[in-house]
Amino acid sequence: MAKRIVVDPMTRIEGHLRVDCEVDNGKVVKAWSSGQMWRGIELILEGRDPRDAWIITQRICGVCTTVHAVASVRAVENALKLEVPLNAQYIRNMIITAHGIHDHIVHFYQLSALDWVDIVSALQADPAKAAQIAQSLSDWPLNNVTVFKDVQEKLRSFVNTGQLGVFASGYWGHPAMKLPPEINLLAVAHYFQALDYQRTANKIVSVLGSKTPHIQNLAVGGVANPINLDSQSTLTLERLAYIKSVIDELGDFVRKVYMVDVAAIGAMYADWTQYGAGVTNYLSVPDLPLDTMGTQFALPGGYIQNADLSTFKPITGYQDAFFEGGVKESVKHAWYQGGKGALHPYDGETIPQYTDFQDDGKYSWVKAPTFNDKRAQVGPLANVLAMAAAGHEPTTRNLTTVLDMAGAVAGAEIPVAALHSTIGRHAARAVRTAVLHEALEQQWVLLMENIGKGDYDTFNQPEFPKGEIRGVGFHEAPRGVLSHWTVIRDGKIANYQAVVPSTWNAGPRDESDEAGPYEASLMDNPVAEPDKPLEVIRTIHSFDPCLACAIHMVDTEQKEITRVQGVGAQCGVKF
Amino acid sequence: MDVAAQTINMNDIETVQAPVLVLGLGNILLQDEGVGVAVIERLQRRYRVPDEVELLDGGTSGMSLLEDMCNREHVIVVDAVRTGKPPGTEVVLTGEEVPAFLCNKVSPHQLALSDVLANLALMNESPHQVTVVGMEPLSLETHLGLSDMVASRLQALTERVIEHIEAAGYAVEQLDPESWNNNVSLMTEA
Repeated sequence: MAKRIVVDPMTRIEGHLRVDCEVDNGKVVKAWSSGQMWRGIELILEGRDPRDAWIITQRICGVCTTVHAVASVRAVENALKLEVPLNAQYIRNMIITAHGIHDHIVHFYQLSALDWVDIVSALQADPAKAAQIAQSLSDWPLNNVTVFKDVQEKLRSFVNTGQLGVFASGYWGHPAMKLPPEINLLAVAHYFQALDYQRTANKIVSVLGSKTPHIQNLAVGGVANPINLDSQSTLTLERLAYIKSVIDELGDFVRKVYMVDVAAIGAMYADWTQYGAGVTNYLSVPDLPLDTMGTQFALPGGYIQNADLSTFKPITGYQDAFFEGGVKESVKHAWYQGGKGALHPYDGETIPQYTDFQDDGKYSWVKAPTFNDKRAQVGPLANVLAMAAAGHEPTTRNLTTVLDMAGAVAGAEIPVAALHSTIGRHAARAVRTAVLHEALEQQWVLLMENIGKGDYDTFNQPEFPKGEIRGVGFHEAPRGVLSHWTVIRDGKIANYQAVVPSTWNAGPRDESDEAGPYEASLMDNPVAEPDKPLEVIRTIHSFDPCLACAIHMVDTEQKEITRVQGVGAQCGVKF
Repeated sequence: MDVAAQTINMNDIETVQAPVLVLGLGNILLQDEGVGVAVIERLQRRYRVPDEVELLDGGTSGMSLLEDMCNREHVIVVDAVRTGKPPGTEVVLTGEEVPAFLCNKVSPHQLALSDVLANLALMNESPHQVTVVGMEPLSLETHLGLSDMVASRLQALTERVIEHIEAAGYAVEQLDPESWNNNVSLMTEA
């Protein structure tokens, strides 16, 4: 008999997400993804000065501050057809890429590795053997027996004092945990090191953005970083040299640790390439503009249908109607007044109509977006597939590297088709991180060369016309396509809609009752122990849903029966 | 491991970390949720704190606060706190109450903050002391700006935070209205 599982994370920070599954014979047979919080933050923007929108939108989410700021200034610039100086594009591009690298490292190590890595098993590892395996995979200098022994001792002291701290809530010993003790130890060591390197990436954002967590250097029309190579308070040569040293340091970690770990751990969980594909229409947008109007980009993006890379159609720039005209949102299964069919974001309405959770009716605060009337998956996987289809050299090269490394560990060739899966989303994120890192290096060079030519421009003054203008700003954010849509009337915001990556992936069923990417990806997922649905968490976490979660276990007969904390949620912190 | 920090002279780039961090947390788009950020803005605008005290608007951030919180002598977290007391009530948590507070999920941010603190513990870079100074919210509706009730108690909460800064040994100077720092944007008092 089918058993209902409800996974209900509790964080308010990025909005609640609740996932319901029906499990029969150890497999998921039906799934619902439900956003549990109404924001309506767009309404705060109505009537405001479009130049201030980015300051407000970067408060939408605590993890994605920078990305909402970038999408917002781009939307207003698109409405004004305003050119952005090259230096401003390069500085923004460096912030975007550094933020993306930071975010992807944190996702793999801090937010999802413990879905696959058994901390307690690492205590049984032989550090010498772990070092030997690690050295066979990578020449990373910290892959040595001294470091691994230290990490194991640290871990043991945590376990012995009963203070597991950050590791307290994992599913240790779960039957779906398959790694040998030495690989678990290696992964724990890299978890510790990743804490340092995600900080390193964030330093670039801090120096260029003037401040984190909320950057202060953006402006509609450019950036507020004056470039004066001699003045202490501006972007100086010393600061630029510092950024270069940080970029170099990061590159080693990405190539010698992150990519290698994803390939090796992925290969040992090769069965997970069969699960989690879900929606295989993929949407991504080009990013890192290389000219003032956004017609040339360092990273391509576009649309792929039915997992077939030959169907790739690029999105060519900020003025391309292919993206702007293709997006709609349905509220048939969302808690909003509907009846008008799926609507384009410029015409979007946000009128709440709460009904309770109805399996066949409305059950989410998230709208269901479509691209050309079909569901689409967004995120690093969508972007990497698009870049590969576009023949982007750094992408195909890094993709080949990861697949070859994984193939060597697995002892069998791993095809690109394996990417359409839970583990494939992790592999694609690692590939994208390497591509972002190369792009960051390139943007630094472009900025230096342009300054070298004597161009110090960073800002074009916006001027708002009488009457109505509209624009879309898009950004290939760490979790996928982010678009802000704005209608401006007489210099004030008349409508504002943000279609965020989690809306694409976490949305409920759409106008034609088709399941969204989270829902579709859970179908046929194995579930060994319904009261510890680690496998469900693995697939949802592979999308990087941007939240640490606690879990409510509910069945349809009795209400809440047990409650366990999800991987990533901690308690018992000692200072 | 922090190679860049060792090899580059960063006097211009990274200032020396202040021993005391006053960290305002909260989402200013959800009305009284932003009270912690409002206190930071008021301190920045109407007061002068010594170099040993850093004021930071942390918003709703998570892991990016790791760098800001590590190794401090004292972190004073200012936040909206729900303990079941009437709206507008000041709440101060110290010592062992702080981890308990994080576990009992009274703060809207407990997951993010406990993530950061747990990882700092792992790195042996925990702040030596953490104090939470908070206020019970009245309204968490989607709206920019505090409720009238919490706004009317903002000054009292700010003064409570100042007491904790001064108890740590650092004098805070109140500015005359003519010398208020008008460069501080007032997101929460708009």
